[in-house]
Amino acid sequence: MSTPAAPEAILELTHVTKRFGGLTAVNDVSFAINKGEIFSLIGPNGAGKTTLFNTITGMYKPTSGMISFEKREVTGLKPYRIAGRGIGRTFQQIRLFSYMSAVDNIKVGEHHRMHAKLWDSLFKLPRARREEREVHARAMELLKFVGIAEQAHNYARNLPYGHQRRLEIARALAGSPRLLLLDEPAAGANPQEKGELMELVQRVRGQGITILLIEHDMKVVMGISERILVVDHGEEIAEGKPQEVRTNPRVIEAYLGKSA
Amino acid sequence: MRPRRTFQRDTAMRWATGWVGDRNRTIYTLLIILALLFPAIADVLTGGEGNHLVGTAADAGVFVLLAIGLNVVVGFAGLLDLGYAAFFAIGAYTYGMFASGQLLGSPLHHEFHIPFWLMLIVGMLVAAGFGIILGAPTLRLRGDYLAIVTLGFGEIVPLVVQYLGPGSPVGNWTAGVNGIAAIDPPKLPFFVAGPWVGAPIQVVKNFDFTNPLAYPMDFYLLMLVLVAVCVVLANNLYNSRIGRAWMAVREDEVAAAASGINTVAMKLMAFAIGASFAGLAGSYYGAKLSLVSADNFHFIVSVTILIMVVLGGMGNIPGVIVGALLIYVTQFFVLTNLPDWVTGLASLVGLSGLNQSHGDWVGLHDEVQRLNYLIFGLILVVVMVLRPQGLFPSRIREQELEKGIAEESVFDLREEQP
Repeated sequence: MSTPAAPEAILELTHVTKRFGGLTAVNDVSFAINKGEIFSLIGPNGAGKTTLFNTITGMYKPTSGMISFEKREVTGLKPYRIAGRGIGRTFQQIRLFSYMSAVDNIKVGEHHRMHAKLWDSLFKLPRARREEREVHARAMELLKFVGIAEQAHNYARNLPYGHQRRLEIARALAGSPRLLLLDEPAAGANPQEKGELMELVQRVRGQGITILLIEHDMKVVMGISERILVVDHGEEIAEGKPQEVRTNPRVIEAYLGKSA
Repeated sequence: MRPRRTFQRDTAMRWATGWVGDRNRTIYTLLIILALLFPAIADVLTGGEGNHLVGTAADAGVFVLLAIGLNVVVGFAGLLDLGYAAFFAIGAYTYGMFASGQLLGSPLHHEFHIPFWLMLIVGMLVAAGFGIILGAPTLRLRGDYLAIVTLGFGEIVPLVVQYLGPGSPVGNWTAGVNGIAAIDPPKLPFFVAGPWVGAPIQVVKNFDFTNPLAYPMDFYLLMLVLVAVCVVLANNLYNSRIGRAWMAVREDEVAAAASGINTVAMKLMAFAIGASFAGLAGSYYGAKLSLVSADNFHFIVSVTILIMVVLGGMGNIPGVIVGALLIYVTQFFVLTNLPDWVTGLASLVGLSGLNQSHGDWVGLHDEVQRLNYLIFGLILVVVMVLRPQGLFPSRIREQELEKGIAEESVFDLREEQP
């Protein structure tokens, strides 16, 4: 649990803007996530949540503004570099490696932590063998951690939907991230699966991993998050603890205005 | 309802994977037996004159090497390369230039006779270097665009090689349209080919490669070793960190990047390693034939190798080897002998009138010869219709074609939710 007295920021966004031609998807957003907390990003459809995710993880370059992770600037780095720095992510639409087994999917996540060079792999040198064994053991552990160990050798595409979501989280965890970005991990899940997934998210946080979560279901978000950032039309309209956000008139307007 | 279906799928899966694993082992075993017995079989078939067949088998091995290499690029990493023969040419010319009298007439004014064994490695490195030169600016392109760029590269290399002949402004490096001739055969070091060969130990033939027509056996054995080494190396890569990264890039580049994979570097590596296999095959080819000419590396060669990979079963090494052998046999044995077989058959069934030419009719023999590529095309179409996933596909392809594409399945699974 984070201590409210001296929160230490792990991720900081300062005046981040992302434009696509004339469209401003993210407009001057600034916030900071503290180490060890579950921080949620909510907002109506098209509010720019996923764009913000993609900007943080390097899929997009921000038009302006600065992003720093663990006090080091990561603005505009390539996605694989950002992953290497310790930011893992999942996708709104599941993006597993369909024709690879569950355990291989996780091993891909460990890729940048491995040290085997071309020669080691070509000639299966002892170093590479040892590393393969370690990676396999760790991948199996992660599968157990997310609760789908029995699926290890099935193709990712053949897993049931809920298991695919879990596998995606496991793959992100395989890179040993300090910050995990989850883009609607419970989308398309039924209430029971949703509960289980949120329980998994809590367990991940229990490992000392900070979590940035996008979620539509207000009930879920209110229950799990320490702090919430509400965005609409690419702009932040509220930030604070769940109960503060819940009663914020602008938030109510944004949500009711959309659904009405 | 749902758990039971999952269970069925799992068991089916385990059954399928077990079978495929065994199947690959079976193919390897059969191939090894065939390879070892082939000289004897050839002797029996030809009544003691098997040397020529053994030499042809060694040539087929060149295409096996090429197919294994292209499989790394196309099958593992999913990059369509339509100019693969260019790397083959680069390997062959590297060996040709540095192991013959060719460079005496070049601005260097010096003959190089670097040993074959060293040039095998050099040929690989040079081809890999060209793979990187071609890949670095183009691998940001996707799918179709990459295919077109590689196609262009495949056309450019033979042209450049032809241009750098006699009379080019930069001097005669490649002997132009004549090709480089009298290339050194491989020489074994003294302690292997040494004086102990011959009289006291009669079983051991003199192993000196110097007369490839009389001793195709030497080249054949060398080829077996090369293929075996390449299969082991390609397999090791497939089952390593790098192989997984290639597959991840093939499956989903965005997710691969988000998982910490430098996708451009990985694609570049696939390109370079694929090219190095071609470089190796090229050096061997130059040494065996003792002659390299730009005519041997045109687009049709790239296409043939691609056909071998696709028809054999993309991504699966034993499948690709079988594909290479079958296509080679079809192209260089079945199709070349087909006109004779057909005329023989016509005479046998009393239609020998067809064999004579009269008027517009050129005679059955020439007619079949004319239609060679049409027949080849027909064979390919029939095979691909019957087995769209290739003869011995990797598990991946097999599923893909049976069950449709990945996106559909995600929605299927969603609908299965109660």
